[in-house]
Amino acid sequence: MAPQSRPSARFRPNDLVDFVIVGSGAAGGIIAKELSTAGHTVVVLEQGPRLTERQFDHDEFGTFMRGHNINDPATQPHTFRPTPQAPAKQRQVLVYGRLVGGSNAHFTGNFWRMRPSDFNEASRLGGMRGTGLADWPVTYEELEPYYTKAEWELGVSGEPGPFDPPRSRPYPMPPLPVKSSGVLFERGARALGLHPQPSQMAINSRTYNGRPACQHCGFCLIFMCEFRAKSTSMAVMLPIAEATGRCEIRPNSYVAQVEIGSDGRATGVTYFDAAKRMQRQRAKAVVLCANGSETPRLLLNSASSRFPQGLANSSGVVGKHLMFNTYFEVNAQFEQPLNEYKSVQNTRMVLDFYETDPKRGFYGGGGIDARFGRYPITFALEGLPRDAPTWGEGFARELGRQFPRTMAFGCHGTSLPLETNSITLDPTLKDAWGLPCIRTTYTDHPDDLKNAAFLGGHATNIAHAAGALKVWAAPVVAQTLAVHLLGTCRMGNDSRTSVVDRYHRTHDVRNLFICDGSSMVTSSRGQPTETISALAFRAGERIADFAKRGEI
Amino acid sequence: MAAGAAWAAADLFDVEDALAFASQQTSANVASQTRALTPPQADVVSALASRILPAVDGRPGATQAGALSFIDRALATFNAAQRPLYTDGIADLNRRAQAKVRGAVGFTALTSGQQDEVIREVEATPFFQAVRLDTIVGTFALPSWGGNRDYAGWHLLGLEHQMTFKPPFGYYDAEVNRRN
Repeated sequence: MAPQSRPSARFRPNDLVDFVIVGSGAAGGIIAKELSTAGHTVVVLEQGPRLTERQFDHDEFGTFMRGHNINDPATQPHTFRPTPQAPAKQRQVLVYGRLVGGSNAHFTGNFWRMRPSDFNEASRLGGMRGTGLADWPVTYEELEPYYTKAEWELGVSGEPGPFDPPRSRPYPMPPLPVKSSGVLFERGARALGLHPQPSQMAINSRTYNGRPACQHCGFCLIFMCEFRAKSTSMAVMLPIAEATGRCEIRPNSYVAQVEIGSDGRATGVTYFDAAKRMQRQRAKAVVLCANGSETPRLLLNSASSRFPQGLANSSGVVGKHLMFNTYFEVNAQFEQPLNEYKSVQNTRMVLDFYETDPKRGFYGGGGIDARFGRYPITFALEGLPRDAPTWGEGFARELGRQFPRTMAFGCHGTSLPLETNSITLDPTLKDAWGLPCIRTTYTDHPDDLKNAAFLGGHATNIAHAAGALKVWAAPVVAQTLAVHLLGTCRMGNDSRTSVVDRYHRTHDVRNLFICDGSSMVTSSRGQPTETISALAFRAGERIADFAKRGEI
Repeated sequence: MAAGAAWAAADLFDVEDALAFASQQTSANVASQTRALTPPQADVVSALASRILPAVDGRPGATQAGALSFIDRALATFNAAQRPLYTDGIADLNRRAQAKVRGAVGFTALTSGQQDEVIREVEATPFFQAVRLDTIVGTFALPSWGGNRDYAGWHLLGLEHQMTFKPPFGYYDAEVNRRN
C-alpha cells in the first residue's frame, strides 16, 4: 500500500487563500485537484476526521449500527416528516460519509454515465404536471469530455453496453472478473431477451496509475478500500492536490456559515475546529461541495439581512427538489454456493429499462444489477425469506446453508424532483455545535414507486429465469432512508428557478460556487456519482478559467 | 444505495462510548467475568443465546462464538439502557420455567426442548427480540466488539475472512471458467 502523501501546504485562517472548498468528497476532491493544479491556493474543510488505510476496517456493526464514518445522529440529529403538513420527528433519514473523502470514500463503486436523454427529459416528455421536472442547462455532448476525464483520471473498469451513450474514449480498464451472481444474472437476462453487460465500476481491474487491482476482499459497500483499488477522491484526487504544495486538507472542521462582506461578496467561511472553537478561513472565493443535504443547510444557516431567505436563495429553491433515487431489492437462493461475500458488490447489470416509456403509464426508468446484498449481521437479521425460522436449529442451519447461496437483484430507479421534497432548517432542534439542524420532508412520487415495482418485477423474472430455487422481495414502500442526496441547489439558466448557473456559479453571489449532488436537475437512474464527478471536473476547469481571467 | 442500510435508521443503542471495547477484548470465560449481568443472569442469557443460535451440523453457534461476552459488555456500556429489560426478562423466564417444571431452579435447569417451549411463549416480547438481536450481533460482529471469537460466527456462515481472494469465487463462475 502506497502511503498517502502528507499535507504540504499549511495556511493560517487569516491567510487569504484563493479558494476555500467545503467538503472533500466526489466533487470537493476533484475541484481541489483541478484548482490547485491550475496554480491556485486552496483550503479544503472537511467536518470528519482524516483516516489512513491502517485505520480502515470491515466492521459491519460499527458502520451500520454505530455510525462509524457517517454523520452521527447523536451530535448531528435531524428530523423527518413525510409531508409539510405532518409533524417532524427526530429520525436518521439522511446518511452521508463523514471523513476526509466524503461519501465517495466508501461508496460501492458503481459509475454510470447519464444518457443524452437524461438532460432534456422535461421538454421531450412535454413536462410533468405537479413536479419540478426540468431540462438541464448542459447537454450530454457538453459533459461527455468530462465523463471521459473522470473515467481516465480516476480509473474505471467496464465495457460499453448496447445502450450506452456515445463515448470519445474506451474504458481505461477491462471489467472486473465476473462473480457467480453475474453468471446467473446473465443467464436469466439473456433467456428473457435482455442485454446484460459488465457493471461499470470505479474499481481497478488491473494496476492503474500506481494503484493496485482489486484484491476481492469483498468489503466495498460503505467500507473504505485498504488497497486503494477503489478510484475515489480520497485515493486519487486529494493526493494530487496536496502534492501541488498549494492545497491544505483540514479535517475536523465543521463549517457554520459562509461570510458575506458589505459588497455582497463571499469573504470566506466560519467553522468550528476539533475543539469546537470558532475559526474563520478567508478566501477570494468559496466553493460548496458539502452534499445535497449539508450544502442547502449551510446556505440557509447563512441567512443575513441582505439574504433573509438564506444565502443564494433569491429564487427560493434552495433545499427544494430533494431526490433520493429509489432502491429496492429482490432476493434469490440458488442450489450451489455463490460466495457473494467475495469481490465487488456487483459484476453484471441490465439497462434495458433505463428510458422513460410513456406506454408504461408512469415516469421513470432505471437499472438492475446482480449483487451480494448483505454482510453477516444484516444477513442474519433480514437475509432469509419471511417463512424461514428466526431462532433455533432451523435458523442456524438455514443461515449456514443460505449465506453462500443467496444473492440480490438491486433495482436502481429515478426520483422525480418535487418542490415539497426538501431540506429546510428545523425550527427548534440544534446540533452539538448549536447550529439549526436539518429537517427533511420527503415522500416518493407515486411514479417513483410504480417504477420501483416495475423494475422489481423484471428482477423477479430474471431470478426465475436464472434458475433460482426461491425468489422473494419486501413490498415496495415509500423511502425513509437515503444515501443519494440530490437536487437541492439545482443548476439552471433562469435565476428565478435555479440556484447555480451552468458553470456552478450561484446566481446571487459572484464568488460563491456550488458543485455536488445538489446541482443535479434530475436524479439519474440511481447511480449519480459519475455525473457528480464529471460536473466537478467541468466546474473545476471553468472556475480556474474564471479566476485566471479575473471574472470572479 | 446501501443494502441493509435500513439499520442506520434504527439506532438501537443510546450512548456512544463503546469504542473503548475495541482495545480491551478479553477471552471471555463466560459468567465469571461478566460486568453487567450477575453470574446467574449470565447463565440464563447464555442458555437463551445457545437456543437462538445453536451449534448445528458441526458448525459453531452463539456459545462457541462467545456472544454472551458481547452482550454483557454492551449492557455494561453503550447498551446500559436495556439493563432493566434484561433483568426483568430473565426473571420472567425463570418464573415461567418454574411454572413449567415443578422444582426447577430456573430456565437453565430445563432441557433444551423445555427451553424452546418457554421461548415460544415469549417470542414476541421486547426482551426476546433484544436478546435475539444482541445474540446475532455478538455472533457476527467483528471480534473487537467482544464476540465472534476467532471468527466462529463467520465460520457458521461459511465466510472465510481474507483480505485477498482470486476468482473463481463460487460454483457458477467456476463452471463458466471450466467451460471456456
